[in-house]
Amino acid sequence: MNSRLTPEDRLQQHGDDFYELLMKTHEGLEFEQSAAVNARLVLILANEIGNLDILAAALARAAEE
Amino acid sequence: MHYENRQYPFKTPPELKGEAPGKYSVAIIGAGPIGLAMAIDLALHGIRSIILDDNNVVSVGSRAICWAKRTLEIFDRLGVGDRMMEKGVTWKVGRLFHGEKEVYNFDLLPDEAHKMPAFINLQQYYAEEYLVDRVNDFPDFIDLRWLSKVTGEDIRDDGVTLHVQTAEGDYQIEADYALACDGAKSGIRNRMGLRFEGHTFEEHFLITDIEMAEPPFESSSPERWFWFKPPFHSGQSALLHKQPDDIYRIDLQLGPDADPIEESKSEHVIPRLRQIVGDREFKIDWVSVYSFTCAMLERFVHGRVIFVGDSAHVVSPFGARGGNGGIQDVDNLGWKLAAVLKKEADPALLDSYDEERRHGAIENIMNSSRATSFMTPKSKMEAVFRDAVLNLARDQPFARHLVNSGRLSVPCSLEGYPLQTPRTTTRGLAPGTPCPDAPLEGGWLLNKLGGEFLLLTIGEKKAGKVLPGIRELHIKDNPDVVAHYGENMIYLIRPDQHIVAAFETSAAEPEALDAALARAMSKPVLETIR
Ligand SMILES: Cc1cc2nc3c(=O)[nH]c(=O)nc-3n(C[C@H](O)[C@H](O)[C@H](O)COP(=O)(O)OP(=O)(O)OC[C@H]3O[C@@H](n4cnc5c(N)ncnc54)[C@H](O)[C@@H]3O)c2cc1C
Repeated sequence: MNSRLTPEDRLQQHGDDFYELLMKTHEGLEFEQSAAVNARLVLILANEIGNLDILAAALARAAEE
Repeated sequence: MHYENRQYPFKTPPELKGEAPGKYSVAIIGAGPIGLAMAIDLALHGIRSIILDDNNVVSVGSRAICWAKRTLEIFDRLGVGDRMMEKGVTWKVGRLFHGEKEVYNFDLLPDEAHKMPAFINLQQYYAEEYLVDRVNDFPDFIDLRWLSKVTGEDIRDDGVTLHVQTAEGDYQIEADYALACDGAKSGIRNRMGLRFEGHTFEEHFLITDIEMAEPPFESSSPERWFWFKPPFHSGQSALLHKQPDDIYRIDLQLGPDADPIEESKSEHVIPRLRQIVGDREFKIDWVSVYSFTCAMLERFVHGRVIFVGDSAHVVSPFGARGGNGGIQDVDNLGWKLAAVLKKEADPALLDSYDEERRHGAIENIMNSSRATSFMTPKSKMEAVFRDAVLNLARDQPFARHLVNSGRLSVPCSLEGYPLQTPRTTTRGLAPGTPCPDAPLEGGWLLNKLGGEFLLLTIGEKKAGKVLPGIRELHIKDNPDVVAHYGENMIYLIRPDQHIVAAFETSAAEPEALDAALARAMSKPVLETIR
């Protein structure tokens, strides 16, 4: 586990709401379209985070199978 | 040990002996967990009822097995909580698997400040048996009639006539109110032509109870195991947990194309179970195939006919919100209907049951739909996300909380609904909150609250702040209570143990308490003249 990532759950009670919203965003899309939505989302969130160390840690963890 | 269903006898009712017993206050259609609990709650409020059931046994097969904390608290108020706790299984360790691998495990530590655990596992037939025994404690208040099928009804503005069919002949009874507790396939709902629409999930679930002496767990304490993409069958998920009498519940999610009848044949079931439990000896106790629907009525109160439990709303079982939600309906309706029948409140009070419990049902349906969606990804991308969550759940706490194999039934807040006095302070608990339990000297807070309106004072007590005819409870120097409820607070508590008004003691004027009580009974609140 990479220590740069936030150890606590920051979504708290909004976790299920967020997940539902995420699924709704992808509803009815072709897989390719969904992948494009995800790419845009990653880029937007990267800017929201705005910290290269954290982003590097997130990328490393996401790359783990 | 296999459960032997008791056969309850048919007794010739007075109506078939040529006697005319007159009119009943409440007729309950259906002696499932909801109808039985309803009659007990009404009896505790001094209301007589008659229950009609088309059958003469409690639930065949175990069906509901998870009973949540709030349900156990309600059952405790009704007088069956201790028996359920004594028999039920409380598990602590949960394990989550993805394919062959264990993703993580967790320990459910009991909350020492509450009498009841987060939930217990107990077969529905035991819950119903205990309720039937409890019904028999009220021979003057509850007339439970087995093998008596309701086949029709005439509904008027001032009551209902039910048509009852029995082996010895048909008869009719008159009641002020009829409570439809006749389950998901409610006959009266169909005859009234009420819309009951919702979402049906395509997947079938094979639900099996097996009897097995040797536990599959490493330690002797019971666990709950949940698999996404289990290695032992092609479906998306599987679940194993323990019930009393060495019975284990195993749910296998079958694909949408699976043939349910074929799948429930033992030649298909046994090899799968073998892969879960190894060569331990086991016997199949009950097998059933279900597909699940989430649906609810647009209104639960239709004049003199009121829908309670599965007849009003059905959910998929992930999160165990069916029976648990229905017991909360009972809790909410019992005191209101009693107050209306005793002419202490206007029938308008019943509208609050409709609003508050529809809110509960919507929340239950939302939660169980979300769990079902997580377990049955509808598209390739949904499956990708689900697998990503499971991957991250290995070490990321936030992802563990996104894993959704059912969100356990918890009571909803009634904040903002009309009976509750809007917040007067940000301290303590908000009106609408179900009262959290706390240990008291020699007992528990919820047991002390009981089932009537109550004025709860915490900390300093001030003279003059009373409500005539309302029981009072004063708690001082109890840090467990203060931790939840705050210091120097006065609460008006509803008979269903929800906070209906909250004041800081210094600000609780007697007129405000009077107004809060009137509001809680849905009475017009008179402007006080100063
Ligand atoms: C596989 C499975 C697992 C589940 N797991 C859980 C769980 O873990 N936790 C949970 O809380 N819930 C669970 N549920 C849901 C739970 O079983 C139901 O919510 C619960 O039984 C509803 O109770 P009820 O009294 O409203 O209806 P029912 O239990 O269906 O009872 C209705 C009664 O009415 C009678 N009746 C019907 N028609 C008539 C008539 N015309 N005249 C007279 N009597 C009539 C029936 O004989 C029956 O006795 C599960 C359900 C299933 C199928």
